[in-house]
Amino acid sequence: MKKRIILALIILVLGSGVALFDYKSEPKLNKNFATANSFFKNHPFRLGLDLSGGSHLIYKADVSAVPSSEVSSSMDALRDVIERRINLFGVSEPVVQVENGGLISGGGGEQLIVDLPGITDIKKAVEMIGQTPVLEFKTEAPKGTPQKLVVDKTGTATLDINSQYVSTELTGRYLQKATLQFDPNTREPSVSLQFNDTGTKLFDEITKANIGKTVAIFLDGAPVSTPVVREEIPNGQAVISGNFTPTEAKLLVGRLNSGALPVPITLLSTQTIGATLGESAVNAGVKAAIIGFLLVALFLILWYRLPGLIAVIALFFYTAILLAIFKLLPVTLTAAGIGGFIISLGMAVDANVLIFERMKEEIKNGHNIADGMHAGFKRAWTSVRDSNTSSIITSIILFWLGTSLIKGFALTFGLGVLVSMFSAITVSRIFLFALGIEKSNSVTRFLFGSGFSSAKTMIKESIK
Amino acid sequence: MFIIKYKKIFLSLSIILVIVSLVFIFTFGLKPGIDFKGGALLEVDYSAGRPEISLLQTNIKTLNINQALIEPTGDNGYLIKTRDLSESEHETLSQSLSIGGKYPVVEKSFTSVGPSVGSELAHKAILSIIFVIIAIILFITYAFRKVSRPVASWKYGVITVITLLHDIIIPTGIFALLAHYNGAEVDTLFVLALLTILGLSVHDKIVVFDRIRENLNTGDKKNFAEIIGRSTSQTIVRSINITLTIIFVLVPLYLFGPETTKNFALILTIGLFFGIYSSLFFASPLLVSVEEWQTKNKSKKS
Repeated sequence: MKKRIILALIILVLGSGVALFDYKSEPKLNKNFATANSFFKNHPFRLGLDLSGGSHLIYKADVSAVPSSEVSSSMDALRDVIERRINLFGVSEPVVQVENGGLISGGGGEQLIVDLPGITDIKKAVEMIGQTPVLEFKTEAPKGTPQKLVVDKTGTATLDINSQYVSTELTGRYLQKATLQFDPNTREPSVSLQFNDTGTKLFDEITKANIGKTVAIFLDGAPVSTPVVREEIPNGQAVISGNFTPTEAKLLVGRLNSGALPVPITLLSTQTIGATLGESAVNAGVKAAIIGFLLVALFLILWYRLPGLIAVIALFFYTAILLAIFKLLPVTLTAAGIGGFIISLGMAVDANVLIFERMKEEIKNGHNIADGMHAGFKRAWTSVRDSNTSSIITSIILFWLGTSLIKGFALTFGLGVLVSMFSAITVSRIFLFALGIEKSNSVTRFLFGSGFSSAKTMIKESIK
Repeated sequence: MFIIKYKKIFLSLSIILVIVSLVFIFTFGLKPGIDFKGGALLEVDYSAGRPEISLLQTNIKTLNINQALIEPTGDNGYLIKTRDLSESEHETLSQSLSIGGKYPVVEKSFTSVGPSVGSELAHKAILSIIFVIIAIILFITYAFRKVSRPVASWKYGVITVITLLHDIIIPTGIFALLAHYNGAEVDTLFVLALLTILGLSVHDKIVVFDRIRENLNTGDKKNFAEIIGRSTSQTIVRSINITLTIIFVLVPLYLFGPETTKNFALILTIGLFFGIYSSLFFASPLLVSVEEWQTKNKSKKS
């Protein structure tokens, strides 16, 4: 008996600890969140785009030119490049996923899914992903090439710079690395380029052939600098010193280093959700969850009395544990995910209801309360096991096949079923037996009765 | 047990409900939402009063977007549905909505789905439903492998699937009826609601079948109908109570929950109600009928 009470106390302390963690790690609840331990700070809920606001983009990757054995590796490379580009813009926790086509998705081809929390300007988002910096080195056009004259609005005529230069083979493709550097005297930022072997050879040839002439460095089709070549440069190093601001130069370095896309992509679908819409959805979800919890608790206590109260405690544990799992894994919560969680609140007491009904039946069939409790737990187990197994199978299939929305639901639902098997069986069993009710008297009979009848009338019925 | 006694009445009632639902589905039809057929959906909010729909319509007509469907939402907002839009088209559309700056407008959300993504989603949704159903038959066949007499365990699986179809056809029919009046569309969440109904309903049937399994193993195997009746009445309180607890969480989700999951909660509540109905009043009578039909056939042969 003592052992049971100690076990119950340990569980109670552990459960409260989990609940405290949930509370402490939530910025909206914990007033001292700013000064909280970094462990708490690192584990707020991760909200999906529909709740936090942001953009969701789906790209189709054209892999027709890639041999089928290399599709998955080039998709991974694509994901890495896009991830690097997004990171440059300081988006917090972007998610870039490759979703491959094939049999299950109906031959939709290779897709790239990009989630950008907090970015509601799709135009900007699309730009930051799609931009490939095109770096070109051009040499002076030979004399006699027809020149184009451009007259601007004010009437000034200038020579079109594009016609003054001709392309060379040297492009950003042969770039090994770009670094940001500052001129020691003027503090002006410039971008230093290091070519790879082929690039070094090409650059050597270009500089050798153009001593005394200018070489233009074009970025995205516009000349950024046109230095005069003084001598042959054999080591493959070049410097672009346009009139950059430090931020521009830094961005350019990042973009050059992130490289070109391995496969071309086209935008298939976009979704943006404003931050206010997301916030009101979160508040509504929380409100619905609290009211739902209270209604279930009220029902359990009114119908199942003392065991019902234990079930409510188990449900509280369930909520605390599941929320902690959401934070620690972490699970990205969406509106559908919250829906899954709320439904699981109702489902989590299923095992309790099964056990309590069985207990009641066993007591009715002549067992005393303690034996009835044991038999109830034992006999309800096969139902609990099989029904929950089928729920888990369903959630695994949904997680495997589903789109991101269905995946979120399947994950919260499946985790909920697993946790509920612990809370509704183990936790409520420990507490119920720790109460140490052995004797049957009018009080315990009432406490273990249910619905409109008490255990007393049930026993009477069974004697009849 | 009255359910078994009047099984013909309950079975006919279920069949009638399914037929009526199918009639609703085929006469009213189900409108696919933009996630399945592609298209764009723009939700905007006018902080200082919204313009007339007709004014917006004439404005949008000049934009080469063809048709736009405009529905009021909330006190000051509109939902605008069009074909799928490119980013530049989206921009021109959102600029035109303020009607030259006269009505300040905030864009709350924008979704544009290309038609290929949509058809892929629909494909996936149908596949998930099929896979879930197959997995359920296999699992039930396995879980009830020891109770092959008098009814083979795979038949429990098949009966479960028949009742599952019952459980998703009826809410779909009711949805078709509702959608006919309020214009609701079939979206991913609707499919998710159906899948959840499948999950919960199987869960429920397994509890009843488990009791049948237990009673068959311990009791008299001859009187099948009586065992089914007893098992059903033993699990009826549990079935009703668990449905109640789930409805207790779904009702707040419908009343106070996020806008996006409102329809979802409604469909689920309807589905849950018919799921519990079928566990008690459809699956069990069906099981008894299958057994009776089997014995009749056997006696004819011999």
